[in-house]
Amino acid sequence: MRGAGGWLLAPLVGLATIVAIGAAVQGLLLADVISVYVMPLPTQVLAALGRVVTEEHVPARFVLTSVETASAGVLTVLVGVPLAFLLHASSLQRAAFEPWVAAWAGAPLVLAYPLFLVLFGRSPLTPVVMGFASGVAPVVLKTLEGMDGIRPVLIGVGRSLQLTEAQIFRKILLPAALPSIFTGMRLGLTFCLINVVAVEFLINLGGLGQLINEMAERYDLPGTWAAIGFVVLASVVFFIVMERAEQWLQRSH
Amino acid sequence: MSLTMPRAGPLAAIVPPPALAVDDASKRYQSPAGDIVAVDRISFDVAPGEFVSLIGPSGCGKSTLFHAIGGLTPLSGGRISVAGEKVRGANPAIGMVFQEESTFPWRNVLDNVAFPLEIRGMAKAERLARAREMVALVGLTGFESRYPTELSGGMRQRVSIARTLAAQPKILLMDEPFASLDEQTRMLLGDKVLQIQQQLHQTTLLITHSLTEAVQLSDRIVVMTFRPGRLKRIVEVHLPRPRTPEVLTTPEFGATVAALWADLREEASRGLASSENRPP
Repeated sequence: MRGAGGWLLAPLVGLATIVAIGAAVQGLLLADVISVYVMPLPTQVLAALGRVVTEEHVPARFVLTSVETASAGVLTVLVGVPLAFLLHASSLQRAAFEPWVAAWAGAPLVLAYPLFLVLFGRSPLTPVVMGFASGVAPVVLKTLEGMDGIRPVLIGVGRSLQLTEAQIFRKILLPAALPSIFTGMRLGLTFCLINVVAVEFLINLGGLGQLINEMAERYDLPGTWAAIGFVVLASVVFFIVMERAEQWLQRSH
Repeated sequence: MSLTMPRAGPLAAIVPPPALAVDDASKRYQSPAGDIVAVDRISFDVAPGEFVSLIGPSGCGKSTLFHAIGGLTPLSGGRISVAGEKVRGANPAIGMVFQEESTFPWRNVLDNVAFPLEIRGMAKAERLARAREMVALVGLTGFESRYPTELSGGMRQRVSIARTLAAQPKILLMDEPFASLDEQTRMLLGDKVLQIQQQLHQTTLLITHSLTEAVQLSDRIVVMTFRPGRLKRIVEVHLPRPRTPEVLTTPEFGATVAALWADLREEASRGLASSENRPP
């Protein structure tokens, strides 16, 4: 998108679309096509936001869920990216372990929460480990995909310029694979957030997940949807941070 | 134009060493069907400031020799030396331009060109100044902040050439750098390479399968046979320098291309027959 103010147009179109969908849902609810006992009016959800923020300590919950998710996300990168590079370096190891990693990615790990609870106790460590466990597989798989896509001629250029193996990794392999690695990190972080919120919800361990549970148990439908909205907000914040981090890292190589 | 046999013997020991010498170079690969000889005891040299092309049919081992001269592939036999020093692995004296597009897509033009200088630890201001000179040399001034995806194929290859020249190699080694480009762009880039060579007096070895490109650019042309790649003949090109694009229209140019084709035709026919007889 070019031209002055052009950068603003896309977000505005996105926002307008959400407002339009909200207005359509409001209309369907008012016309009794959708029952108000299933879904509250969007205007009621908006009105509940202020109440939920002040009465339910949303900032502290937001920070807790975000810190747990970010910790799990950092762990997925610290473990997943080197693991992928190790698998890429050995065809035997790759053939032996990649199918397991792919199977792990599709496993509904959240169902194993009692096991994690026994292992790590009723503490913030449990959602962090569960988030990590569910988010690490996509990071490994997408990093492998990124490594596969590196054109051999780029490594040839590095070798012809007498780069050391470490320089080839840092200056060529890593930046060449970075877009794919970040796709994996975005996927991994989404899995982390889903699992962190799910565990908070299931074991009432604070954070936004517990808030959704509490609101639902009180039959406070607008409050429940407002709490879900804060989880979506956390997801948007993570997406923006990841996008900025990718741009910064690309520029620094 | 004259046709000469390969350089031979005893006098070579008493004259100053050439910029690049390929002596009795061989390369064999092992395959389930037995040993494959890609390059068989080939010898030639390149004098300082000279532009030499290596030409031969597809499958004659040109690219194998390119990688061996660049130090990226070890020879099975023989020796390659730069200014008398044996090449053992990649060598800073040799700058390589690859056939495939090789710019770094995450770096803009200026940062691509400055890359070898960055690796050497040159201060940022100095390396960017040098990179700007090289960008100007290949005619890309104004495109410094563009990324490779925003450039045409020909422009990207010019970035690769500028990046290689920025490292100030003693020998510029190019492997069919314009092979993937259309004929008109190839001819224009040939003119550009001529300009650069005349400006820098850069010792250059060009691997190519284009007869016109070889004659337009070279002082001498090394002709290779079809597999196994052996030296068939070395052709001296006596077209005057500095060469302009008009040289392509001269009778001497046409005669040299025709003589070169006469040498290559038999080899190209063998290559074609071999590819036709290969099982699908």
